[in-house]
Amino acid sequence: MLILVAMGLLLIVTLIPFLGAILVAVLARLGRTHAAWAAGFTVLLSFGCLLPLAGAPFAGETIIQRLRWLPSVGLDLAFRFDGLGLLFALLILGIGLLIVLYASYYLSERDPLGRFYAYLLLFMGSMLGIVLAENLIQLLIFWELTSLSSFLLVSYWYPREEAHNGARMALTVTGAGGLALLGGFLLLGQIVGSYELSVILQAGDAIRADPLYRPMLVLVLLGVFTKSAQFPFHFWLPNAMAAPTPASAYLHSATMVKAGIFLLARLFPALSGTDEWSWLVGGAGVITLVLGALFALFQHDLKGLLAYSTISHLGLIALLFGIGTPLAAVAGVFHIINHATFKASLFMAAGIIDHETGSRDMRKINGLWRKMPYTGALAMVAAAAMAGVPLLNGFLSKEMFFAEAFSAATHLRLGWLLPAAVTLAGMFAVAYSLRFIHDVFFNGDPIDLPRTPHEPPRWMKVPMEVLVLLCLVVGIFPAQVVEPLLTVASTAVLQGPPLAHDLALWHGVNPALAMSVIALIGGGLLYWGRKPLFAFHDRHTEGLDAERIYNALLNGLFAVSGALTRWLDTGSLQRLLTVVIAAALVLGTAGFLGDPVPLTGRRPLLSVDGVSLVAALGLLAALTGVVVLHRQRLVALILIGAVGLVMALIFVKFSAPDLALTQLAVEMVTVVLLLLALYFLPPHSPIESTMTQRSGHGILAVAGGVGAAALTWAVLTRPYDSITDFFLANSVAGGGGTNVVNVILVDFRGYDTLGEITVLALAALGIYALLEGLRLDGPVDDPKGQPWDADVHPAIMAALARLLLPLALLVSAFIFLRGHNLPGGGFIAGLLTAAALIVQYLANGIAWGQERLPWNAQRFIGVGLLATALTGLASLLVGYPFLTSAFTHLHWPVVGDFELASALVFDLGVYLVVVGATLLILIRLGLLHRFERRSARARQGTAVSGEMP
Amino acid sequence: MNHWVIAPVLWPWLAGILLLLGHGSLAWQRGVSVVAVAGQLGLALALAAEVSDGRMLVYTLGNWPAPFGIVLVADRLAAWMLVTTAFLAFFALWYALRGDDAAGSHFHTLFQFELFGLNGAFLTGDLFNLFVFFEILLIASYGLLLHGGGRKRTRAGLHFVTVNLIGSIFFLFAAGTFYGILGTLNLADLARKVAAVSPENAPLVRVAGLLLFAVFALKAALLPFYLWLPEAYAHTSASVAALFAIMTKVGAYSILRVDTLLFGADAGLVAGLLEPWLLPMALATLLVGMVGALASTRLRQQAAYLVVASVGSLLTAFGLGSVSGIAAGLYYLPHTTFATAALFLLADRITQRRGDLGDRLDPGPTIVSAGILGGLFFVTTVAVVGLPPLSGFLGKFLTLRAALAHPWWSWIMATVLSAGLIGVITLARTGSLLFYQASPPTADLTPEPGVALARELAPIVGLLLLGLALTVAAGVLEHGARASAEQLLQPQRYIQAVLKPGGEP
Repeated sequence: MLILVAMGLLLIVTLIPFLGAILVAVLARLGRTHAAWAAGFTVLLSFGCLLPLAGAPFAGETIIQRLRWLPSVGLDLAFRFDGLGLLFALLILGIGLLIVLYASYYLSERDPLGRFYAYLLLFMGSMLGIVLAENLIQLLIFWELTSLSSFLLVSYWYPREEAHNGARMALTVTGAGGLALLGGFLLLGQIVGSYELSVILQAGDAIRADPLYRPMLVLVLLGVFTKSAQFPFHFWLPNAMAAPTPASAYLHSATMVKAGIFLLARLFPALSGTDEWSWLVGGAGVITLVLGALFALFQHDLKGLLAYSTISHLGLIALLFGIGTPLAAVAGVFHIINHATFKASLFMAAGIIDHETGSRDMRKINGLWRKMPYTGALAMVAAAAMAGVPLLNGFLSKEMFFAEAFSAATHLRLGWLLPAAVTLAGMFAVAYSLRFIHDVFFNGDPIDLPRTPHEPPRWMKVPMEVLVLLCLVVGIFPAQVVEPLLTVASTAVLQGPPLAHDLALWHGVNPALAMSVIALIGGGLLYWGRKPLFAFHDRHTEGLDAERIYNALLNGLFAVSGALTRWLDTGSLQRLLTVVIAAALVLGTAGFLGDPVPLTGRRPLLSVDGVSLVAALGLLAALTGVVVLHRQRLVALILIGAVGLVMALIFVKFSAPDLALTQLAVEMVTVVLLLLALYFLPPHSPIESTMTQRSGHGILAVAGGVGAAALTWAVLTRPYDSITDFFLANSVAGGGGTNVVNVILVDFRGYDTLGEITVLALAALGIYALLEGLRLDGPVDDPKGQPWDADVHPAIMAALARLLLPLALLVSAFIFLRGHNLPGGGFIAGLLTAAALIVQYLANGIAWGQERLPWNAQRFIGVGLLATALTGLASLLVGYPFLTSAFTHLHWPVVGDFELASALVFDLGVYLVVVGATLLILIRLGLLHRFERRSARARQGTAVSGEMP
Repeated sequence: MNHWVIAPVLWPWLAGILLLLGHGSLAWQRGVSVVAVAGQLGLALALAAEVSDGRMLVYTLGNWPAPFGIVLVADRLAAWMLVTTAFLAFFALWYALRGDDAAGSHFHTLFQFELFGLNGAFLTGDLFNLFVFFEILLIASYGLLLHGGGRKRTRAGLHFVTVNLIGSIFFLFAAGTFYGILGTLNLADLARKVAAVSPENAPLVRVAGLLLFAVFALKAALLPFYLWLPEAYAHTSASVAALFAIMTKVGAYSILRVDTLLFGADAGLVAGLLEPWLLPMALATLLVGMVGALASTRLRQQAAYLVVASVGSLLTAFGLGSVSGIAAGLYYLPHTTFATAALFLLADRITQRRGDLGDRLDPGPTIVSAGILGGLFFVTTVAVVGLPPLSGFLGKFLTLRAALAHPWWSWIMATVLSAGLIGVITLARTGSLLFYQASPPTADLTPEPGVALARELAPIVGLLLLGLALTVAAGVLEHGARASAEQLLQPQRYIQAVLKPGGEP
């Protein structure tokens, strides 16, 4: 057990904050202090679990722990702990703990502290997941989780517009980068054959030589640049300042924005060393460095200044990695540490000032030195570190940076530009640092502050004190304090032996020192002469702005999406059918046009006899009639009936009496039901489409008809060889019936029939459901404007119908019983019975019929289905598959030999379902109407009575 | 004969019949329905266990040998679909018990018959029988779609049933052509005969194959056949919309089955028939679906468009045609089914609390229990868009990884990643509009009792937990999906299993 835990310790370290988030959310119900203590405890616990491993990097070991997850695609949960991971884990957990303490004072009583800590811990776990990942896909998972959790943190005060907008912007930009990164990692995995860093970091040469190197690099760098706010993706960071300041101090200075930098460092041995790398990383870095510093100077918002300053410093680190020498990478790592300490403390200072004054506007906040000298002193040290003043940590890494920039310049064309740009950025940094201190703590008196500032509570200052102390200690005793950590981290970055570097305050007079001096003096001068600069800036703010491009892109996306979707999806049925039919036509045509073969096959054509010709002409005439007269609904219906009749004749002609009978019965029943429905519709359908639309539909209809006819022609003229012979041969022997059609229906393919009667049952239930809530006004007058005949159920018709019923039932029984051997069967019999019953209902009314029917229609359906089910299940009992049939011959006295087939019961089920479904539909249509007629009568006060038209 | 094969089909059918005959109260109907769906889950899992060793179980109905009678074939893919369906049905039904089922008659009968149709379609080894089950599905879903009534729902239902009847006609054309040319309807027999088709008849088989593809594309809601879906899904009741999350997958399943069995690499003159169509259409569907979601003005419309997009993702994976691609799609399939279903259910819970505002994507007053619902919305959208750490991300990763072996990999990657980004933008906006930009509540909100809220949201949480399970058990499931894909890409085994009983090792 202990070994298991030890094997998965890195997983546990990562998971603890996630579990802690849940714990905090629960404990927060008990009160604020509970939440704070739980959060603090979680961080300490995670730290404590990491501690047993902490010695390994110093001993030169890289710990890799692995849990199987998706091994077949190279995605295991694999954790890696080396110097770089250690450095970042320390930053994440150490600063995280300070933030937990700080936030408990910063957030007011009204703010839900539990929610904040829960989000913060989610973020912390995600961040640990990134820096401890061995597998790149796993790294990406945590990478995206940081985007999601930072969305929650930035939108913490979500009712504020800038909070929810800033959060969405950050999520969109970093989310886009994350997706690009996924693409990049996939390509990297493809190149190397593994997503594991251990393999990738050894494969640098192969990676750089691969043709996929460029697209892969671009995608990976998109991820890096968006996350680490490099130009031109930097704009989300200032907008994310809507987050509570503790979150900004944590995410936007020390950790999340460093994730991109972390990745640069992590993949440094694998990806760096090419021109592409230098130009992309270095180029983005230098532009970001200079622009960030420049913009920072002009911010009036305290946090805005810090945000742009962060952007600038991230550019600085990126530039160092872009320069690509080992020493530059070491400097980059060093600056990561230093920037995290001084920037986090400055954010905390900004938070305290905001907390105490109620404002972050440097034009209002002035002269705080008198009110809060202690905070002021701390902020001054941190700001001096940011400016790169000697004796502070910022000076050391900036010195290394200047040296690297200078030496890189010597082997580049126009290389002098680099030190010049770097020095310029250094001047801006000094200027904005000065502004942060001078504007806030001196520069006259405060203007219109919402609150009267005083020193914050004791413990709120502790996190700042710790960080500022670190700035000083590292700045003064670098070799003793930070050297070991820097060495192991650099070793991990370079994947090579520790590099000789000299952390010292004094390196003698060299170009770097000169650049530092220029930056300090120039920065001072710049701040001194800031007024004309500010005035110039205020006049020219409308420049090229990445944020506006982003907004324009986003608005464009919304506009295009809206237009496209409205164009495609008009909600019109005609449109829908047009597209579907046209697309099917295209597919069908494309299929046929592949190879040139004749449409007509080799099968000899039958000769045409006179009767068939007349029937065919009749069919065409009826169809033409439907097309021409389709607006007169009743006429169209009658003509469609005629089409059905000709179809039945065609079945007769080709020796399919069963089909003919079925067709006739179906035709009859559907026409009656349609007539009932037509009653509620106007007799004529109006013209609702334009001539152009109708022409288009006409062309499409003709094309569809031609296509269908061509396909039928091609199929029918080709020689034919099918499984039909088997059915003919086995119908009597295996199915016990001479009517092959019926045996197919109830035996060979009884399962299909079972499905189809279920469809029928469903149709009836569906219509039941559809009509259940429907209320329709039937016409009071007939189409000629005369009232309906008051005698709705003429006695003669009723009498005749009653006479008809036993006869019709007898016929259907006959048809049913002979079905297995001669044309007939349950389906036809059912339709005949239904037709007979329909006549009764029409003649006598729904209520009359209902009273006399033993079961309601649903039960007919249910019993019918049950009969088929039992037939099928019976065969299971004797060990045969579902629906296996059995038959025997019984000798009845008088009647004679009688065949008894299990299929007969099945057919009975079919019969009952057909009767039930038809009746259910009929009754529903009738009932719908009766209620309405009554209400119509009540409204109009006329003596119109009756139930059925 | 292994009766486990037919049990998942017969079970809901018998339950439906029982419900129809039973005359019972709503409570009785609910009891039967719940027991039936729980049993369904058991049967699906049992069948999945039966075929987990790679066997293909063939069930000859009526004891008539193939290709003359109808056969059911249970392979890994069929079992995969059955299990997914059963889980989904369980949670959709659970949610429906909140009252969706009481809005009209016969909800539970229709629900069980719908499952009958789904399971039948997944198990059948016969083309015409597939048509029959498509009809069952169509009519059952029409009934369910209309359930509860209302003007918009009826209109959407009319569009749904009309366009699907057109699809049925195409299906008949296709089946008729196959039968007219090749003389058989059994899928295995068809596969054998398609592979040996003469040059003279090849164009007709291609027409039939592509018409069949058109039908399946219509069911799956692929571009340009998708237009029916947003309206239908947006206007039906939530539990039905959630159940319908599997309906598009029936189309996707059929495409996969036909593509691998009939038009695979061994199909002679018609090998790779669907290849030039499937992938481009899938990618276009993915984009159009996401763009539609972005442009939606209503939450349920948005959810419906996300279903369209998910079909695009799924068929992109299938369209790659490789073992890895199909496996990626199969892993993604249950995820996207559960995630979109959860979204529909959650959208309903949110809509119910917004009064007159309904599901319009406009800021309104803060709703009661906004914290819990907002949190669930966040998790659901993470799942739907395919962000880490949930299974949607793994599906996306597996798909893209498989796509690298495809000649169009850069286009596929660009489309899938852009669609993902649009998804993030869309749902971040929706979440912001619904929860962040809400104005203070008009009246004091009385907090809802925790137990009632938990019961209300349990089906949604259940679906999301299934997603979590898919993530945690990704290794095992991906292994299963890969085995299914390998089985599919060896159609000879299917043909042998069906046509030569005992021939399958």
